[in-house]
Amino acid sequence: MLILHCPYCGVDAEETELHAGGQAHLTRETVGSDDEAFEDYLFMRENPKGVHFERWRHASGCGKWFHAARCTTTLEVFGTYSAQTTAPPREICDAISGKRPGWSWKTFSARMFS
Amino acid sequence: MKRYSAFAIAREAARYHTGWERAWRAPEPQKKYDVIIIGAGGHGLATAYHLGKNHGIKNVAIIEKGWLGGGNTGRNTTIIRSNYLQDPSAAIYEKSRSLYETMSQDLNYNVMFSPRGVMMLAQTQHEIRGYQRTAHANALQGVQTEFIGPQKVKELCPIISIDGPRYPVLGALWQARGGTARHDAVAWGYARACSDMGMDILQRTEVTAIRRDGGKVVGVTTTKGDIDCDKLGIVVAGHSGHLADMAGFRLPIESVPLQALVSEPIKPCMDVVIMANTVHGYMSQSDKGEMVIGGGTDGHNNYTQRGSFHHVEETVRALIETFPMLSRLKMLRQWGGIVDVTGDRSPILSKTPVDGIFINCGWGTGGFKAIPGSGWAMADLMANGRSPLTDAFGLERFREGRFIDESVAAGVAH
Repeated sequence: MLILHCPYCGVDAEETELHAGGQAHLTRETVGSDDEAFEDYLFMRENPKGVHFERWRHASGCGKWFHAARCTTTLEVFGTYSAQTTAPPREICDAISGKRPGWSWKTFSARMFS
Repeated sequence: MKRYSAFAIAREAARYHTGWERAWRAPEPQKKYDVIIIGAGGHGLATAYHLGKNHGIKNVAIIEKGWLGGGNTGRNTTIIRSNYLQDPSAAIYEKSRSLYETMSQDLNYNVMFSPRGVMMLAQTQHEIRGYQRTAHANALQGVQTEFIGPQKVKELCPIISIDGPRYPVLGALWQARGGTARHDAVAWGYARACSDMGMDILQRTEVTAIRRDGGKVVGVTTTKGDIDCDKLGIVVAGHSGHLADMAGFRLPIESVPLQALVSEPIKPCMDVVIMANTVHGYMSQSDKGEMVIGGGTDGHNNYTQRGSFHHVEETVRALIETFPMLSRLKMLRQWGGIVDVTGDRSPILSKTPVDGIFINCGWGTGGFKAIPGSGWAMADLMANGRSPLTDAFGLERFREGRFIDESVAAGVAH
């Protein structure tokens, strides 16, 4: 079973305590955005086979939203971090680069937000 | 291709079965094909079959990373029905169901289509209203369904408990001509027919890149070298996002595992297919006697083909309430398939931003039933540039807000 560490209350929560909230770091579009931007925000998803950034809610715990970096093929968890950010913190990126040589947030996000 | 028949069996029996030939060839790739289909699952093979049969396009290669029918085609619960709410869905799924009726004869391959009837249980007041609405919509669409009461449910399926404490059975949407088929045989039958038309099925050949020239597709790079093509069809279900990434466009799709499990084989006890959407479970009995049970999808993206354990627990716990006799059964096997889910739970059959590339994906949790209809429509789209069956399923519908919203109508179970 997937176990994620909640960065707010410090609990190692099991999957049944959590609610998955989909892709993280989406740019929230609003008044003035064009159709293409809204399509990206509402429907287009990264869906990578490998490193993925997601939103999770500690639903049966502290109730807070946080972010997780995971691998979708091995289910390996690289780390969790606060949702009050627009990009993953340095130590998470380093942890991923350490286990997936050649991976960088810069190239990942350039493709993700292109 | 030698035809399969009762006479052929008698002939082979008389000569120690030495005359059977391979069902399909195992060719080496050519340099170029008119059409390449990526994915030799049911949908990919059906697309190739109908390209040849309906449109005379036979210089076709079907490229498969693993073995044919080894993905979701061999992992589903084999349910066939067409009782959808929206008109475009009913059109393509009913086309599909009607093609299943004659598939064994058309392919000269026994796919064991068994129109035993599909029942979708209404276990809340909300579901009663939803299914009555679907029954009315189906009447207008020419799809034969009816809403039946709990006594009729009990009559059709005696092992069901209709007065359960949490979710009593209040009625059901009944499609008498829905049912099941042998999933592997569907892939094998199409593969044999495609091979017979001269098409090349390239198994254990992985596409590693899609080559483009000025916004138009020119071919693919595979583990067996470069292969050129005029048109490319991507029909790879859960890996659609991965392939779209190679082709340079994005999809409104997320891939999650959907699970199923089977029990030990028992004597015949249920001759219909039952779906219970409120409790996320559906069940039928295979010809071997196993109870085939379908469960839920994971909430988070992954490609593991196994799924989270607690979904199995939820499914079985809920089904035991409706079918108390299941509580004494041992479960034999559990597995998962990677399903490609769209925002409106309807498929995408569409041209793409790259000229010459077509995509057929997003069937999510309900692809098996759609195999022949999807192949028919996709072949029409690839040969003629458009098809009446695929017009509503374009990629542009998300930007334009023309959803075919089956997510509310169909619930989770397809």
